[in-house]
Amino acid sequence: MKLLKFLLVGMIFGIVMAKSEAMSWYRIQEMFRFQAFHMYGIIGTAVTLGVLGVLLIKKYSIRDFDGNPILFPPKEKSVWRYLLGGIIFGLGWALSGSCPGPMVVNIGYGFYTLTIVFFFAIVGTYLYGIVKNKLPH
Amino acid sequence: MLELIKQPWPWWISGFLISAIMFLLLYFGKSFGFSSNLRTICAAAGGGKFVKFFDFNWRTQMWNLTFLLGAILGGFIASTMLSSGEPVQISEQTIKDLGELGFQPPTSLQPDELFSMKNAFTLKGFLILALGGLMVGFGSRYAGGCTSGHAISGMSDLQIPSLIAVIGFFAGGLLMTYLIFPLIFS
Repeated sequence: MKLLKFLLVGMIFGIVMAKSEAMSWYRIQEMFRFQAFHMYGIIGTAVTLGVLGVLLIKKYSIRDFDGNPILFPPKEKSVWRYLLGGIIFGLGWALSGSCPGPMVVNIGYGFYTLTIVFFFAIVGTYLYGIVKNKLPH
Repeated sequence: MLELIKQPWPWWISGFLISAIMFLLLYFGKSFGFSSNLRTICAAAGGGKFVKFFDFNWRTQMWNLTFLLGAILGGFIASTMLSSGEPVQISEQTIKDLGELGFQPPTSLQPDELFSMKNAFTLKGFLILALGGLMVGFGSRYAGGCTSGHAISGMSDLQIPSLIAVIGFFAGGLLMTYLIFPLIFS
């Protein structure tokens, strides 16, 4: 039952991805063509509130519901893995119109062919695991 | 009220709720990062026997797989109970630009040209979906996160690596949209 809360938060996520239309290939295209504020508004609002909230958590050392401090471990310093990995991700994001979360929301919504996209995203992750040590990080 | 919820939600409500999801997960002692699930699925499927990257105790990630299951349910609830059935209201200019690439104006949230059963199982259609997914999966793990882990969680903590990743996301997206789309669609 400990997991139930994650099921509920996931459900809210799915509903928000659908009702905000962020799961739509059309919306991603509109974003990359800079032809509407919609997606920038969504991400901008989330990040602005996120920055404020994280500052408050740090300032007041707010703890999680188990009483443990909420920590923000710094991501390892590098440029290549973020830039190259980011570019490859972006190519796929624009082509399929979907990042990993919205892929499964689409499947639930009834766009079943996104199962192909999601399956190959798993394959892509597996391929990364194989060639990981040969790539610049 | 239900009629209002059935309409597409404005960007500020959606943005607020996404940040609320991030904070709820932090409050539950976790962090918002969806693409980790792809690695977890590789591990759960036994990938750790062949590739060291997938050799970890994936059961510690059950919470995130449960979140994934919830996301599928959320999509189902949105389409069956909370949908007005209206097509997505993208800008006229986008409709015009996509028209030049052979896309009809939207009739739902997704283009039939890419996602209908008929088109997804042509050779070209299948390759587009497969390659799109492959790059998302490979790129997100190489970059160490996707839109949720970098653009939302990492940027909220003002982390430079996440900013670099997001710049990469956009560089790749623009490259695909402006240079590669005209070559594959017409």
